[in-house]
Amino acid sequence: MTAGRTGSVARAVAAFGVAILAWEVFARSGALPRAITPSTIEILGAVGHMARDGSLFIHVGYTLLRIGAGLAAAAVVGVPLGMLMGRSLRVERFVLPLVSVLNPIPSLAWVPVLILWFGLGNTASIALVFYAALFPLILNTWTGVRSVNGLWIRAAEAMGAGSGAVFRQVILPGALPFVIAGLRQAFARGWIAVVGGEMIAATSWGLGWVIFDSKEFLNADVMLGALAVIGLLGFGFERLVFGALERRTVERWGMVRTARA
Amino acid sequence: MPHIEISHVSYEYASAEGPVTALRDVSFGIDTSEFLCLVGRSGCGKTTLLNLVAGFLRPGAGEIRIAGQAVTGKGIDRGVVFQDFAQLFPWRTALRNVEFGLEVKRTPAAKRAETARRFLRLVDLERFADAYPHELSGGMQQRVAIARALAYNPSVLLMDEPFAALDALTRDDMQRLLVDVWRETRKTVLYVTHNVAEAVYLADRVIVLSPHPGTVKAELRIALPRPRDPLSLSFLECQRAILDHLGAR
Repeated sequence: MTAGRTGSVARAVAAFGVAILAWEVFARSGALPRAITPSTIEILGAVGHMARDGSLFIHVGYTLLRIGAGLAAAAVVGVPLGMLMGRSLRVERFVLPLVSVLNPIPSLAWVPVLILWFGLGNTASIALVFYAALFPLILNTWTGVRSVNGLWIRAAEAMGAGSGAVFRQVILPGALPFVIAGLRQAFARGWIAVVGGEMIAATSWGLGWVIFDSKEFLNADVMLGALAVIGLLGFGFERLVFGALERRTVERWGMVRTARA
Repeated sequence: MPHIEISHVSYEYASAEGPVTALRDVSFGIDTSEFLCLVGRSGCGKTTLLNLVAGFLRPGAGEIRIAGQAVTGKGIDRGVVFQDFAQLFPWRTALRNVEFGLEVKRTPAAKRAETARRFLRLVDLERFADAYPHELSGGMQQRVAIARALAYNPSVLLMDEPFAALDALTRDDMQRLLVDVWRETRKTVLYVTHNVAEAVYLADRVIVLSPHPGTVKAELRIALPRPRDPLSLSFLECQRAILDHLGAR
């Protein structure tokens, strides 16, 4: 286990090393002007500068606040709605057509509408994340409820469980692998939405805003630094939040397997 | 009066070719603490009959009574063990699986854990109380399922080919264990199987169902003393008698 974990860290470091090396070769090749292809050191310097003056943490804080609030609201609405759809044909028939129409609309296409409604700032960004995250949560939860093993329900009912107990004790944990998959997808789509949204709808703060604002001053190092921070934050969430959640629940219970090779 | 009375029960189900009669006019009784095996070829309606007694299905005609009460649905006077290992809840440890029925009954937590532990001990799995189902072998999972079906103290145990998916050696061990558990708990058992040797090993009485539609073909009392020796002549004679009724010879 420990050896496997060390090995996977080593491989991840190697992968990043190769990617950084490739970037260095490209940046120094002169294919594009040096001013807009800063080296890794310059990018790190730009991030370091933002960290020292504290602005990096405010940007990150705003972005996380927006995605956190939007994702939480989407989970509060989407998970129960998906559950209801899985349990009631009437709810499914009512909600599914709406979801099918709204889901394919790219969340960024809503930005002008949301600015019109909420103005520039946090509310528009949070609403955007909510929209982007809602449908993966609804659809995955719905699928999760429908794929709960019927034998678990029958066994629970044979032991005297009523519909409430079946729902809490069987449907909820039984659907969890899909709910986690939905959260993952919702986070990824919310992350895309928040950064995109901040470019247009935010004022002064947020990682997306940093990228867009740097364009005005040709600060390629800041732009690429902000991109790297976005990537690393996403990586951190995947490993520390979703990965850990899975390892402690559905993997521990043998409901999902890890690849052996 | 028998503990379970099955009177003139018929059952039809819908199929693409129209209604199919799965059971026609089936009647027999099971005495208190009796071990009754229901034997028949696939499609003879034996699982359907078990599902009717469990209350998962309603008979089209006739009536089933348990302790004098007509069966109208599921009830905690019956425990059910299925064939599929997947019947256990994967997110609960062995102990918490066994506690499920007690939780539903709102038994206090301390009493619940103690009772569940006692039933795990009965199936010789106390050491695995904190293991999750996927960490247990198929035979162990079925033992947990038996403990789970007994822990909330139903008077009837319904078993639908619980050992059919196990290898032969494990199945022999499980049959021995089940006889011990039954003698200890004195439950009334309805056990469905297509395995004739298993029926002769376990049952006080065997009901043979014939298919299309399912009807009672024969009823045999197995008077052999326990523990039974599957290689003894009298055991083989019982098997032969059942196989004759199944038209397998």
